[in-house]
Amino acid sequence: MGLTAVNRKARLPDLSRVPAVDEVGVNERVARFQSRSIKKAAKVDALKLILSMIDLTTLEGQDTPGKVQQLCQKAIHLHDAMPGLPHVAAVCVYPTMVATAKEALSGHDINIASVATAFPSGMSTLSVKLDDTRMAVKAGATEIDMVISRGAFLSGDYRFVFDEIVAVKEACGDAHLKVILETGELGTLDRVRKASMLAMYAGADFIKTSTGKIQPAATMQVTLVMLQAIRDYYYETGRMVGMKPAGGISTSKLAIHYLVMLHETLGNAWMTPEWFRFGASSLANDVLMQLMKQSTGVYQSPDYFSKD
Amino acid sequence: MAAKRIAVAKTYKIYIGGKFPRTESGRYFPLEDKDGKVIANMCRGSRKDFRNAVVAARKAQSGWAKASAYLRGQILYRIAEMLEGRREQFIAELQQQGSSKRAAEKEVDTSIDRLIYFAGWADKFQQVFSSVNPVSSSHFNFSVFEPTGVVAMLAPDDSSLLGLVSNIAPAIVGGNSCVILGSERKPLCAVSFAEVLHASDVPGGVVNVLTGFRSELTEYFASHMDVNAIVYCDGGKAVARTVQELAADNIKRVIERTRVDWTGTEAENPYLIRDTQEVKTTWHPIGT
Repeated sequence: MGLTAVNRKARLPDLSRVPAVDEVGVNERVARFQSRSIKKAAKVDALKLILSMIDLTTLEGQDTPGKVQQLCQKAIHLHDAMPGLPHVAAVCVYPTMVATAKEALSGHDINIASVATAFPSGMSTLSVKLDDTRMAVKAGATEIDMVISRGAFLSGDYRFVFDEIVAVKEACGDAHLKVILETGELGTLDRVRKASMLAMYAGADFIKTSTGKIQPAATMQVTLVMLQAIRDYYYETGRMVGMKPAGGISTSKLAIHYLVMLHETLGNAWMTPEWFRFGASSLANDVLMQLMKQSTGVYQSPDYFSKD
Repeated sequence: MAAKRIAVAKTYKIYIGGKFPRTESGRYFPLEDKDGKVIANMCRGSRKDFRNAVVAARKAQSGWAKASAYLRGQILYRIAEMLEGRREQFIAELQQQGSSKRAAEKEVDTSIDRLIYFAGWADKFQQVFSSVNPVSSSHFNFSVFEPTGVVAMLAPDDSSLLGLVSNIAPAIVGGNSCVILGSERKPLCAVSFAEVLHASDVPGGVVNVLTGFRSELTEYFASHMDVNAIVYCDGGKAVARTVQELAADNIKRVIERTRVDWTGTEAENPYLIRDTQEVKTTWHPIGT
C-alpha cells in the first residue's frame, strides 16, 4: 500500500534549482496590474467571465444540507432578473455534503468540488487522506481540493509532500485535483514558488493559494508567483496547469485586477473556467451588483440579491 | 532681515469613512470670495466618491444604531463642544464667504446650540413618539421607531453651517448614517465641520461629507439602491421631480426641506428626527 500505488512517472524535481523570487519586482508588477482601466463593454465581459470562473464555496463547520442546497440554488439561479448570465464553474463543499450538492445540481452543468485530505490542516495520516478523497469522489465530486502538509514542507521533507500529492492524485481517478498550498503558512514567496513546482510535478491539475481559513489568504503577489511557476512549468513540460486564488477576493474590482494579471502572465489560453477559478462566496453578489449597475446605470444594494 | 513667513493654506478635502481623501476624480473647482479672489480649490466630488461614501455609511450604520441612545446623545454633545472650541475659525470662514461678522457669529452659536438641542433628544424621542395601540384582539400592540438606515442629503445652499448641522444632527441622533453634499456656493464650513466630527468620537462612516456640484450629483443621490432615504433642501420643482422619480425605484423615504428658516423652531423640533425613522409595530399575543 502507499507508495506502491504511486504513479512511477512522477519525478520530484530538484527544488534547489527553482529560481529565487524578486519580491520588490513582484510588488511593482502587481501595482501595475492595478492601474489598468477596464471600462464599459470590456468590463461587462470581464465580469461575466469572472462569474463563470467562480467556485461558489461554503466550508463552515456549521454547514447543513439546507445551506448546501441553498448554495446550489444560488449557483443555478444567480440572478434571474438578468437573463443571459453564465453560471458559476463549481460549488465547493466538504466531502460529507457532496451527495447533497450532487442531487441539488442534477441536470445542470456545474461541477462539484470537494475539499479533502483532512482539510484545512491536513494533519492526518495518508490512509485517512486517501479515504477522505475516495469518499468524496465516490459521492460524486468531480474536483478535489487537497491541502499539502505544510509542516513537512517547511521542515524540508519535500519527498513526503510530493508522494502524498501523487497518491491523492491517484485516488482521485478522473476527478480533477487542485492542490492547496496554503500560502499564508508558507511565509515567503520563494517557498510559494517551490511548493508550486513541487505540486505541479506531482500531478496537480490546478494549484490553489489558500484554504480561506488562514490569513493572509489569496494575495495578488502570491498569485503572480504561482502564475509564473505555471508558466515555467508549461515551458519545461508542455502541460497546462490551472490556477485558483481563494479567500479574500470579494470585490469585482479586485477580481478584474486578477484577470488582468492572468492575461498578462499566461495569456488568452488560460482565460477560461477550465484553467482559472476564483474560490469565493461573496464575490458573486458583488459581480452581479456591478453587472446590474452597468445595465441600469444605478448603483445597487445587496438587499435585492439572494444571499448565499 | 528675517524672511517673511509664508502662511500655510488649508487643503479642503472630502470626508469618507472617517478619512479625508481627495476626490477620486481628481477634479477641483475654485472658490472665490466676494472680491473675486480665489480662497480655496474645492474637491469636485464625483459619483464614485458618493458610491464610496455610501459603502462607508452602510458599513457604519448598524454599529451606530446599536450604540445606546445615551451614548449617541453624548457624542452629539461632544460635537457641540468641539465646534465651540473652533468657533472663531467658523466665524472667519463664514465671513470669507460673504457673511457679516454679526451674522456669522449668530450662525455658529445657533449651530452649537442646535447640536445640544438634538443631543438632548437622543434618549427621549423614542418615548415621545412610540405608542401602545388599542386593538380588539387579544394582543398587546405597540409601535417603536427604528432608524431607516443610510440617508443621502443635499444641504441647503444659503445656510452653509447651520443648515448643514440642522440636517445631520436629527438624522444621526436617531441611529442613521448619512452622506451629505455641502453647500455648493459656500462649501468651506462643510469640510471644516467634517474635521469637527472627526475629533468628536463619531465613528468613521456615520457622517460622510462631500463637496461638489449639486446638478451633477443629485441623480446619484436619488437613485442609489442602497440609500434608504433622501433629504433635499431647496432646489425648485425640477430637482423635486428628479429626486422623487428616481427615489421611487427602491421606495426611498423622500424628505423635502424647502425655504426652511434654519434659525427658528421649524429647524429645531423632534419631528425632524422622526422624518428618517421607520415605525415597527409588534403584535404580542396575550392571554384573554
